[in-house]
Amino acid sequence: MELIDYLPIFILLIIAVLFVGGTILVSHMVGRRKYGKEKMSPYESGMIPVGDARRRFSVKFYVVAILFVIFDIEVVFMYPWAVIFKKLGVFGFVEMMIFIAILLVGFIYIWKKGALEWA
Amino acid sequence: MQSFNIVVYVFAAIIVASAALVAFSRNLVYSAFALLFTFFGVAGIYVMLSADFLAAVQLLIYVGGILVLIIFAVMLTHRISDVEISNQSLRPAQGALILIGIMAVLLGVIFKTQWSLEGQLEYQATTALIGDLLLKKYLLPFEIVSVLLLAALMGAAVIVRKEVRGEQSGGKS
Repeated sequence: MELIDYLPIFILLIIAVLFVGGTILVSHMVGRRKYGKEKMSPYESGMIPVGDARRRFSVKFYVVAILFVIFDIEVVFMYPWAVIFKKLGVFGFVEMMIFIAILLVGFIYIWKKGALEWA
Repeated sequence: MQSFNIVVYVFAAIIVASAALVAFSRNLVYSAFALLFTFFGVAGIYVMLSADFLAAVQLLIYVGGILVLIIFAVMLTHRISDVEISNQSLRPAQGALILIGIMAVLLGVIFKTQWSLEGQLEYQATTALIGDLLLKKYLLPFEIVSVLLLAALMGAAVIVRKEVRGEQSGGKS
């Protein structure tokens, strides 16, 4: 893989930045500014927000995030395996099944422990 | 290789600028958000150094996972709404000591490293190579990683249960 192969990604990033920046800039310059009580509400013609947006989160979200990171790392190990899966044959399949089985024990453990429950 | 250098410096500038924002921003939420660009810039540098798998992992784990964790941690702090004091400087003396220590290490690395890799870099897809090494030569470490992840999973579950029980202690049980 040559470095030039990344050029489309790079161009996409530049276009994305320019598009977002340009849209904000144009709407800032062209748009009319009229402020009213309704317009400045977070959801115009929508739900009336309750409380402050910057209030503390429940610790439950953090638990989900921790578990997500762990399974995220598991997925990262699956990428290189998936790329050469056909070359490895049955041997590679068994290797990854052992890997997954060990983590499955942990998954069942946290499930039984109730860490996945939103209580 | 002129354009190569320009792109590397662009990424380096993104990293330094956003890292400065992380350190100097008065608002913790802005700090956490600026960290996104730092991680992203590091991923860019990985790509430039022909470590494409590492770049993908950087995006997947750090941008997708760790950053979410950090933002949740920020949202959990109880003084989140006090913008003025949410990122104060604490203990400048100890901080300076740590700074000197880190600077010594960093300067050592900076002067020892051979920076210009012109003509030495070989760009190739590394994912298959890593997979080959991981599932053949380093098979045991690979399986042990899953045990490590298992330990992390169980540790998280144990801490969580304690937390939830503590929260409920005024309640039913």
